[in-house]
Amino acid sequence: MAFFVPTEAEHVAPAEVADVELYHPKSWWTRYIFCQDAKVIAIQYAITAGAIGLVALVLSWLMRLQLGFPDSFSFIDPGDYLQFITMHGMIMVIYLLTALFLGGFGNYLIPLMVGARDMVFPYVNMLSYWVYLLAVLVLVASFFVPGGPTGAGWTLYPPQAILSGTPGAEWGIILMLVSLALFIVGFTMGGLNYVVTVLQARTRGMTLLRMPLTVWGIFVATILALLAFPALFVGAVMMLLDRILETSFFMPAIVEMGEQLNYAGGNPLLFQHLFWFFGHPEVYIVALPGFGIVSDLISTHARRNIFGYRMMVWAIVAIGALSFLVWAHHMYVSGMNPWFGFFFATTTLVIAVPTAIKVYNWVLTLWRGDIHLTLPMLFAIAFIVTFVNGGITGLFLGNPVVDVPLSDTMFVVAHFHMVMGVAPILVIFGAIYHWYPLVTGRMLNETLGKFHFWVTFLGAYLIYFPMHYLGFLGVPRRYFEMGETDFIPQSAQTLNEFITVVALIVGFAQLVFLFNLVWSAYKGRVSGRNPWRATTLEWQTPDFPPRHGNWGPTQPVVYRWAYDYSVPGADQDFLPQNLAPDQVTADNRHKDLPDGAVQPAE
Amino acid sequence: MNKGLVVGLVLVLVAVGSVVFHFLSPWWWTPLASNWGYIDDMIIITFWITGVVFVAIILFMAYCVFRYSHKEGRRAAYEPENKKMEWWLTGLTTVGVVGMLAPGVLVWGQFITVPEEASVIEVVGQQWQWSFRYPGKDGVLGTSDPQNISFENPFGLNPNDPNGQDDILIEGDDLHLPLDRPVKVLLRSKDVLHDFYVPQFRAKMDMVPGMVTYFWFTPTRVGTFEILCAELCGVGHYAMRGYVVVEEESAYQEWLQEQPTFAQLSGEARNGTGDVLNPVLSEAAADSAERGSVQ
Repeated sequence: MAFFVPTEAEHVAPAEVADVELYHPKSWWTRYIFCQDAKVIAIQYAITAGAIGLVALVLSWLMRLQLGFPDSFSFIDPGDYLQFITMHGMIMVIYLLTALFLGGFGNYLIPLMVGARDMVFPYVNMLSYWVYLLAVLVLVASFFVPGGPTGAGWTLYPPQAILSGTPGAEWGIILMLVSLALFIVGFTMGGLNYVVTVLQARTRGMTLLRMPLTVWGIFVATILALLAFPALFVGAVMMLLDRILETSFFMPAIVEMGEQLNYAGGNPLLFQHLFWFFGHPEVYIVALPGFGIVSDLISTHARRNIFGYRMMVWAIVAIGALSFLVWAHHMYVSGMNPWFGFFFATTTLVIAVPTAIKVYNWVLTLWRGDIHLTLPMLFAIAFIVTFVNGGITGLFLGNPVVDVPLSDTMFVVAHFHMVMGVAPILVIFGAIYHWYPLVTGRMLNETLGKFHFWVTFLGAYLIYFPMHYLGFLGVPRRYFEMGETDFIPQSAQTLNEFITVVALIVGFAQLVFLFNLVWSAYKGRVSGRNPWRATTLEWQTPDFPPRHGNWGPTQPVVYRWAYDYSVPGADQDFLPQNLAPDQVTADNRHKDLPDGAVQPAE
Repeated sequence: MNKGLVVGLVLVLVAVGSVVFHFLSPWWWTPLASNWGYIDDMIIITFWITGVVFVAIILFMAYCVFRYSHKEGRRAAYEPENKKMEWWLTGLTTVGVVGMLAPGVLVWGQFITVPEEASVIEVVGQQWQWSFRYPGKDGVLGTSDPQNISFENPFGLNPNDPNGQDDILIEGDDLHLPLDRPVKVLLRSKDVLHDFYVPQFRAKMDMVPGMVTYFWFTPTRVGTFEILCAELCGVGHYAMRGYVVVEEESAYQEWLQEQPTFAQLSGEARNGTGDVLNPVLSEAAADSAERGSVQ
C-alpha cells in the first residue's frame, strides 16, 4: 500500500509515479466536497436525493391526511393540495429516483463493477453533482416565493400550468421549469460519463456479455435518459417562453375567466407529446437500473447463476428501444388523433413480452437455488410481487378501451405508484442493505431492517392494492375532496381513511430506516470483506472499503461472467470474476498460494 | 420457525388475499348506463388473463422460497440457460398478450367510429363549469371562435353564421339526452384542459382549447348522472360538476322546446346592453331575433 500513500518527502510527484497518483485529493475540500472520486460523488448524490425525497415523503403525508380526513385540516386548501401532489410527484420521479439510481448507484457501482479506476471524465462528473444540487436548491426555493410552488400536477400540462387558475403560476412554475432544465444539464454531464465509462474503461477480460446486469441496467437507462431528457428540456424552455415572453408554442386563443388572453395559434398537445416522449422512457430510466440490481441481488443471495443471462441482457436492450415507441399510451383520451391508439396499443402490449421474460427469469433463478433470506433477498422478493402487480395493471391501461374509463382515476395513481414508486424503492432498499458494507465496512442492523422490510412491503401493498378499486368506482385523481357525489358510497371514504393510516405507519418505518443508516455507520457490526460472498468485482478490491482509484497498483483481470455461483466442481459456492481458471479448486490454489487463501489472487 | 416457510406463507397470503379482496370488495364499477358493455367485458378479460399470471407467479415464488431456502449442505443447481423453457414462456406470454390486444383493438375501432345516425351535441368547458349546445332545428351546429367570446356571447358563436342562430344554449343547467339514441359529443374548452367524465357511461375524452375533440355513446338507462372533470384544470378542478339527465324521447323533446336559442339570447343581450355590442353582432342578432319570433 505504500505505493498508494505518498510520504511527505514525495510531495513533488516524480515522473515515474503512475498517473493515478497525480489526481488523488490532497485536502479535506477536494476529498469530501469538491471531489472527483465517483464513489464520493455517488454518496453526495444519494444524500441530496434522500434529503429532498424526505420533503416529498412529508408532502405525501399531508395529501393523505386531506384525502383520509377531508374536513379536518383547515390549513390545507385546494391550492395547497395541488401543490403537494405536484411537488411530491416531481421530486420522487426526477430528483429522487432518477438521481439516486443513476447519480447514486451509477457512480458508485459502474467503475467498480467494470474494473475501472474511476469515471472517464472525473471533473465533469463532479460538476454534474453540483449542477444537480443547484437544480434541487432552485426547486426548494419555489416553496418560498410569492404564490408558492406550482400546483400544475407533475405533468405540468399547459395551458393551466401558466394560467392564474393554478397555484404557483406566478413564480412557482418558472422555478420548476428552470430547475428541470438545470437538472437535465447536470444529468447530461453525469450520463455521458456513465456511458463512456462502460464503453471505454472496462478492464481486461470484462466483455460486454460478462458485465453484471446492474451495469447493463444502468448503462441502457442512461442511454434512454440522454435521448429522452432533451425532449423535456425543449418543452421546459418553450413553456418558459410562453410564460415570460408570451410566445404561443403551447397556447391557443384562450378566454380565461371571461378575459381574452394575448395568445393564439399554439397547441397544448404538442407539450404532451414532448413530455411523454421523455416521460415514458423515464419510467424505464427508473425501472431498468432496478431490473439490473434486483437480478444481481437475487443471484447473489440465492447462490445461483441468473437464469437466462443473455436473454436478460437482450430484454433490457429491447425494452429500452421499445420505450421510445409507446409514449402516446399516456394520451389515449387527450384528444389526439384516435387512430394513433392502434399503434400505441400494439407497441405497449408488445413491451410486456420482454418484461415478462425478466420476471420469469428472476423467479426461475430462485427455483432450485440455495436461497438465503437476507434483507436484500427479502426486498428483491417484495420487488417481484409489487412489480408484477403494477406491471399487469399496466396491461389494463395500455389497452385504449380499458384506459378510457380508468384514465385520470385513482386506478392510474395506484398503478404507477406500485410499478414505479413502490417497486423501484424496494429495489433501492435491497441495494442499500446489500452494498452498505461496501461503502462503510459495517452491516446495517438486521432487527431494525426486518421491521423496516415487513412494514414497508406489506404496508405499501395495503395502500396501493385497494386503491385500484377506487379507480374502478370512478374516483378521479387530483381531487381535493369528493364532497357529496352520488355514486361514491360512504365506504369509499372509510377505505381512504384506512389508506391514510397505513401510509403514515409506512412513513414512520422509513424514519427507522434512516436511523439505522446513521447508527450502523458508527455502531454496526463490522462486515469483513465480501460479506455476501459475491462474485462481482466491486467486492474484490485490494482495500476494503475501496479507496480512490479503486484497484491499487494493477487493475483486475476478468476471467468469467458475473454469475458463477455454485459451479459444479468448485469447492466454494462462488467464483469471483477475477479468479483465474487455475485457481478454481483448492488443490490448484494450494500450489500457488502458500496460505491457501480463500480470497482470490489480486 | 423455518424462515422459508414464513416468507412463503406470507406470499401465499398476498396472492390469495388479493383474489379474495377482488371478489369481496364493495368497491366496483358503477352500474353501466351506456352501450359500452364491451369496455366492461375487456376489463373482465384482462382481469382473468393477468390475474392468473399474477397468482401463478406469486405462488410459484412462494413454493421456491419454501422449498429451496438455505439449509446446511444445500447447493444451488448450475444451469445458465434453458433455451427451450425460455422460448415456451415467451410464446405463452405472447398468446396472453394477443388475447388482450386483439379484442382491445376491435373495441377501440368501434369506439372511434361514430355511427351515421348519431345526433351531435357540444359540451364546452371553462374554469370551472360546464355549458352545452344543441344544433337546434337545422341539426347543424353554427361555427364558433374563441375571439367571439364575450359576456353576451359566452359560447363564442359566429354571429353571422345562419347555422348558429337556432343553436340551443344551456348555461348553468343540466345536459339532457334522449334514451337509446347514439350521440356524438363534440368537446371544446375556452381556457385549459378539462375532461368530460360520467363514470356510468365509461367513455370520456379531454377537452383541449384550440381543438374540437369528440367521443360517442348511446345512453341506455334513464336517470340523472353526475358529470366530473377528469383532467386537472386548476384549484376548482374537484368542484367542476354538472348533471346529465337521460330521459324518454318525449320528455326530452318537451324540455328542449323550452330552452333558449342563440338568437333569442343575443336579442336579449342587445336589448339589455345594446350600446356595447358591435354593429355586426347587433344587426345579426336583430335579424335572428326576428326569425326566432316568427318560429
